[in-house]
Amino acid sequence: MSTYASATTGASGFSGDKRRSGRNREEVGRVSSPRSCSVYSGRKTLPDSRVPSDRPTLSDIPTAAFPVLSFDYKHVQMPFEISLWVLLASLMKLGFHLIPRLSSIVPESCLLIVVGLLVGGLIRVVGEDPPILGSQLFFLCLLPPIILDAGYFLPIRPFTENVGTILMFAVVGTLWNAFFVGGLLYGVCQLEGTHLGRVDLMACLLFGSIISAVDPVAVLAVFEEIHINELLHILVFGESLLNDAVTVVLYHLFEEFAAAGGVTIKDVFLGIVCFLVVALGGILVGAIYGVLAAFTSRFTSHTRVIEPLFVFLYSYMAYLSAEVFHLSGIMALIACGAVMRPYVEANISHKSHTTIKYFLKMWSSVSETLIFIFLGVSTVAGQHHWNWTFVICTVILCLVARVLGVVGLTFMINKFRIVKLTTKDQFIIAYGGLRGAIAFSLGYLLDKVHFPMRDMFLTAIITVIFFTVFVQGMTIRPLVDLLAVKKKQETKRSINEEIHTQFLDHLLTGIEDICGHYGHHHWKDKLNRFNKKYVKKCLIAGERSKEPQLIAFYHKMEMKQAIELVESGGGVKIPSAMPSTVSMQNIQPKKPTERALPQLSKSREEEIRKILRTNLQKTRQRLRSYNRHTLVADPYEDGWNDMFLKRRRVMELGKKLNNYLTVPAPAPDSPTMARARLASDPQAWSIKPKSDSIPTIQVDLASPQSPDSVNMVDEFNKPSKPTEAEEEEGLMMKAPSSSADQKERKRDKEDGVEQQRLARCLSDPGPSAEDDEDEPFLP
Amino acid sequence: MGAWASGPAEHEFRELPEKTGFSVDELRSLYKRFMQLCNEEGTLRQEDFEKIEHLQLNPIRSKIIRAFFDKRNFHKTEVGTVQEIGFVEFVTVVSYFKLPETNQTKEQAAELRRKKLRFLFNMHDTDSDETITLEEYKYVIEDLLSSYKTIEKETAKAIADSAMLEVANITGRSMENCGSITFEEFFQILQDVEVESKMNLRF
Repeated sequence: MSTYASATTGASGFSGDKRRSGRNREEVGRVSSPRSCSVYSGRKTLPDSRVPSDRPTLSDIPTAAFPVLSFDYKHVQMPFEISLWVLLASLMKLGFHLIPRLSSIVPESCLLIVVGLLVGGLIRVVGEDPPILGSQLFFLCLLPPIILDAGYFLPIRPFTENVGTILMFAVVGTLWNAFFVGGLLYGVCQLEGTHLGRVDLMACLLFGSIISAVDPVAVLAVFEEIHINELLHILVFGESLLNDAVTVVLYHLFEEFAAAGGVTIKDVFLGIVCFLVVALGGILVGAIYGVLAAFTSRFTSHTRVIEPLFVFLYSYMAYLSAEVFHLSGIMALIACGAVMRPYVEANISHKSHTTIKYFLKMWSSVSETLIFIFLGVSTVAGQHHWNWTFVICTVILCLVARVLGVVGLTFMINKFRIVKLTTKDQFIIAYGGLRGAIAFSLGYLLDKVHFPMRDMFLTAIITVIFFTVFVQGMTIRPLVDLLAVKKKQETKRSINEEIHTQFLDHLLTGIEDICGHYGHHHWKDKLNRFNKKYVKKCLIAGERSKEPQLIAFYHKMEMKQAIELVESGGGVKIPSAMPSTVSMQNIQPKKPTERALPQLSKSREEEIRKILRTNLQKTRQRLRSYNRHTLVADPYEDGWNDMFLKRRRVMELGKKLNNYLTVPAPAPDSPTMARARLASDPQAWSIKPKSDSIPTIQVDLASPQSPDSVNMVDEFNKPSKPTEAEEEEGLMMKAPSSSADQKERKRDKEDGVEQQRLARCLSDPGPSAEDDEDEPFLP
Repeated sequence: MGAWASGPAEHEFRELPEKTGFSVDELRSLYKRFMQLCNEEGTLRQEDFEKIEHLQLNPIRSKIIRAFFDKRNFHKTEVGTVQEIGFVEFVTVVSYFKLPETNQTKEQAAELRRKKLRFLFNMHDTDSDETITLEEYKYVIEDLLSSYKTIEKETAKAIADSAMLEVANITGRSMENCGSITFEEFFQILQDVEVESKMNLRF
């Protein structure tokens, strides 16, 4: 199927080409040697030992014995080899992190390429043909998980704040790179003595467009490890994502022109139109699928188990649908993930959310590993044509083009930016422009007939990839340290910041209205209003649609702290298996007045104290935001006597505390409660009914103690400074007969639901503490 | 400067570009808007702000409007509110949202940040006692949540509580006095919010 036959002029040809189609039919999904076959063909060649060739008759005495054990590799060959590759990739990943110093010096991508080289060499030595990274395999299987992972967890706020800059870099920067490299290479090829006269202008420009695109996989792989500040990360990463549209269009354009031979103004104009169609079309397709996914997730409250599947399927369909029309699949995927995320997250259960997160990370991690290994293997497997001039010039020109492009663009962009990009920033942006497997796959797709110098191109592409990944990838970390570039802040987002961010939004919108401007705050506010009024009602189930962002943030924060607390305190069991319960909104015993003070034996008390001591010391270290950071070493002192002294102090403070530290429970119908009820988690932890005889550890955000609280309470309220008592609101031991004063708003039935909600999140391994999806940055 | 209508105290307007940092064109368009809002009367009152429709949808509109009449924002040392303001005060308040100059020294940037945070602080501190009490903070949160009808007051209180606790935590203060925040503490807790780059408008 030669698509060149159908391509007449540039006008009609754009839709005719298939970037990822059967031109490489002989390499479709090729992962094994020539004698390989699909699963089906294996069946046709079942070894005869299974099927007797002659019908056995009574007179025949079979001469061969019935096979007890037979070797039939062919019919499992394909899945077997795929699994073997994936297993190899995962074991490699495992291995790197076991070697202590290696992973801090060399980025993973380099190591994986080296492994690929070794494996490819091995396969060659054995006599087989090593597989090549087929374009179909790459574009349809390996690339989507990585892009989806990036798109789903894209931090929207920094992205939209910088979208102008990102677009400039992606579109104008890539165009500049492509033309600069392509044009100058053509000039070099025309020089005498290089034996490159056959390479014509179109081919050079095509090569330029392939090599100029910054690769998201490589950027992700390297930037993740250096923890650079958010702005730079989103700039380089956003650029690598958005330049896909440009690459697609340029690739098609130059391919057509190379075949057709001539370029007219009409073609250039059509190229621009094509670009807009490809980019906007991709985004539109992605957005449609995103809305569909959000809508579907509204109804999944009874079938929580398959919720993650919807997210993955709709996204993949968006990608494939965009590819059908030769729109930008990457942009479709990003748009789908970004659009569906706020609504889907409001609808799905906590477990599904964790599942989605971990599956995406797992798939993208494996994909990335496989891509780099295959790059190494393909290097060994491919036919190379090394031409010193061409390759060296390519590498140098790429670097020069990138630097010039970044500097020039920054100069123009800084006129419009409030936060200017400094020279250091520019350096990192230029240095972070890594090339990767996409360039290789695109080069691989070139038709040998029309591009006889394809091998030379491939060699040059691989060299550039190796150079950027090895040299730039390895040196970027020490350079970042050397230049003292701002790193990612580890601080959690505090509620004060959240409040003030929202406050500022409203304030700026208000001032804009007063001054009569229609600036971007005004439009953002309108969009939010529209979202709140119509969209959320459609796409979010139940009462969550009315939950304001601040409240959602607050609950999320509390949930996180609860999980952290339990994680750190878990592993030590209090006798009689009463788990430490987190009283986020005052999980209180049902009838506090009925509980009698426990009478514990001394040994029991000792036991419990010891356990709590170890538990809580660990917890204190983790719970930073609500605990004082100047904790004194061991606040737990032995001996009951001191307790009584301090208890008096605590009581006085407790009264003051009462004033402003009560954290009342949310309204009975609060959305989080409703969600808890909806959580189809039949396997709730078997929480034993609270027995009266065990004092429970209750983490309370409020800590007033009633005078009736038992001795045990004071165990925790004796830091050397009395004021620390208030700060123990993070963690406090409450006797079952706890303070009566908080309890005017008692809702007994909530207790049970609280427990269940707790169970739902406690039985969940939960995301690790440092993961913060509010500002997710692909940790 | 002859383009100004024969307004009162025209000599004041000559100093405005230096005092506020706006260019003459920007001042001109602001003046037009000012006149539009006050119906050509020359002074602006609180009721005049109700004409702006989109502002009525804003949850913190009362605070914003109040800020225009708060004497503390006029770069003077007086305290209290006025009933009506002239163009000079209008522009002074709006100048808090001006983009920073391109080549600022570190001290200038820090000074600007302080100024903007002071403006925010004054907005919260409604009784002008130089501290933000828990009650005042609670009002802020209630305002922010006011567009959602289903929220109970207690949730707002809960959030205000935890916010105050955080303040005490970060500033290392004793819990006994954590009922109010001074400007210095406010400055400290908002140091991660890049006010000088966020609190800007293009004119």
